[in-house]
Amino acid sequence: MRVLLEVDDLCVNYGRIEAIRNVSFTVDEGEIVTLIGANGAGKTTTMKTVSGLRPVRLGSIRFQGKDITNMPAHDRPVLGIAQSPEGRGCFVGMSVLENLDMGAYARKDRKSPKVKEDLDRVFGLFPRLAERKSQVAGTMSGGEQQMLAIGRALMADPKLLLLDEPSMGLAPKLIQQIFDIVTEINKQGTTVLLVEQNAAQALKRAHRAYILETGEIVREGTGAELAADPAVKAAYLGGDT
Amino acid sequence: MDLLINHFWELTITGLAIGAVYALVALGYTMVYGVLRLINFAHSEVFMWGSFAAVWALMAVGAGKASGLGLAGYLVIGFVAAMTVSALIAMLLERVAYRPLRKRNSPPLIALISAIGASFALSELMGLRDKPLGWFNLENLRDYLGRPRENLPLPLQIQTKAVFPVFNYDVTNIDLIVLLSAIVMMVILDQFIRRSRLGRGIRAVAMDPEAAALMGINRDRVIRLTFLIGGIMAGAAAMMYLLKIGVTRYNAGFILGVKAFTAAVLGGIGNIRGALLGGFVLGVAENYGSALFGSQWKDVVAFLLLVVILLFRPTGLLGESLGKARA
Ligand SMILES: Nc1ncnc2c1ncn2[C@@H]1O[C@H](COP(=O)(O)OP(=O)(O)OP(=O)(O)O)[C@@H](O)[C@H]1O
Ligand SMILES: [Mg+2]
Repeated sequence: MRVLLEVDDLCVNYGRIEAIRNVSFTVDEGEIVTLIGANGAGKTTTMKTVSGLRPVRLGSIRFQGKDITNMPAHDRPVLGIAQSPEGRGCFVGMSVLENLDMGAYARKDRKSPKVKEDLDRVFGLFPRLAERKSQVAGTMSGGEQQMLAIGRALMADPKLLLLDEPSMGLAPKLIQQIFDIVTEINKQGTTVLLVEQNAAQALKRAHRAYILETGEIVREGTGAELAADPAVKAAYLGGDT
Repeated sequence: MDLLINHFWELTITGLAIGAVYALVALGYTMVYGVLRLINFAHSEVFMWGSFAAVWALMAVGAGKASGLGLAGYLVIGFVAAMTVSALIAMLLERVAYRPLRKRNSPPLIALISAIGASFALSELMGLRDKPLGWFNLENLRDYLGRPRENLPLPLQIQTKAVFPVFNYDVTNIDLIVLLSAIVMMVILDQFIRRSRLGRGIRAVAMDPEAAALMGINRDRVIRLTFLIGGIMAGAAAMMYLLKIGVTRYNAGFILGVKAFTAAVLGGIGNIRGALLGGFVLGVAENYGSALFGSQWKDVVAFLLLVVILLFRPTGLLGESLGKARA
């Protein structure tokens, strides 16, 4: 299995506040890797740094062996990195279809029929979006916008899909669906780095997992290992799963 | 009151023509605000420099009385000169006055001060344009420059002709040229923003700069493009202004800039169609106002209108920003 993403000793600050410290992890091609941790642990910061939205203070990020530590965010989608940001990251004034088009903005093959195929794939995964093609994104429900953000990231045909809390704000039934979709996307060949509050589901779906606590990685292992660990159970799974 | 009723159509059409000038300049304010959340105070000077470029280009080709094909040729020269110089000034402004601040993450207030400073600098540079002549022994160019602090007239002279009547007013060829060229520019811009890839990039950055970066959109390029478009539009407006008013001067941008900015706010700052609507509304309202209360009240009417509209619609006529504007 080839390493797709390699993060080494990453330190990121907000002013003087250290958000993450010496964070190291890897994502192999074809995997689902999850980062779990409490609020404020540094999950979103890690994701934003991988996609280039936050500058790196120390450490390095390599993608497909290439050093991208200081590459501007807007150059990363071409390499195959797509992020569905935490909360609502949709273009609220654009229609659903326009939002999905924006996802393919940086693709080199954006004029090829492959884009249409990917659009159909997104509509297949989220029939709701197909029904609402011309609705303005800002008027959609939180859950629908979440689906749109994921769909938009898929339209980039990424090698690495970064999902920051895709289940946030969704009804329990929908959460299940979103995780099914994540698994499905992964089966179709996309590598996924997943950040989740819903640790039980994330560990169940992920091949490997890292636990972040106050900006540092404190545990790692396969999803099953961590799910079975008593300390993890107590801290993240409510002790009763 | 009689004045308004008897001259209603004249006031409306000439108001629309000057409103078109406001609208095109307003586009520059509104678009830059959309992507940078910055009031580009110096945009009025981008307009003013364009107007001088048009006058000088037409002087250089010896324009005078013209009609028919000759007129068309001179118009093209005037428009192209104004649009080119305005675009260059706008780009220069972005490069010198804003980009260095942006790179250092300076607070918005600092950029505003920089904008005001750039505005004075550009205006006074034009107002003192005769000074370098003495330094470089170019006194023979003095006639060209005109008196630096006075009006410089457009050399092109167009015989005003009635083209077709609208009720009791005969629309003149100048009204028609101004209105038609404005509408052409507006339609091109509107379609560009809505349909083209770059246009969608501009809208995306205006709505959410972070998400736009995640789509692979280079924000710096979008910002440069926005200044470029704003400059082109201001240049076109400068030529139209000359056709309507006939003269320009080093501080011609000031009042016009304030009016155009008002138009942008009136329509909803950040909203492109709002800026266009705001420009036309302002131009027409001014005309009605001066007919009702006397022309010395013209500017008062314009700003009263702004206050009243904002009282009822705090986000302007069309409200939403460039970002949120519907497709
Ligand atoms: N813009 C910011 N300015 C200052 N501090 C910030 C900023 N964003 C995040 N932080 C701080 O950085 C730390 C990590 O935040 P981050 O958003 O990465 O956490 P998280 O693990 O994603 O939390 P959550 O589960 O609540 O989304 C927190 O202590 C937070 O307060
Ligand atoms: Mg987070």
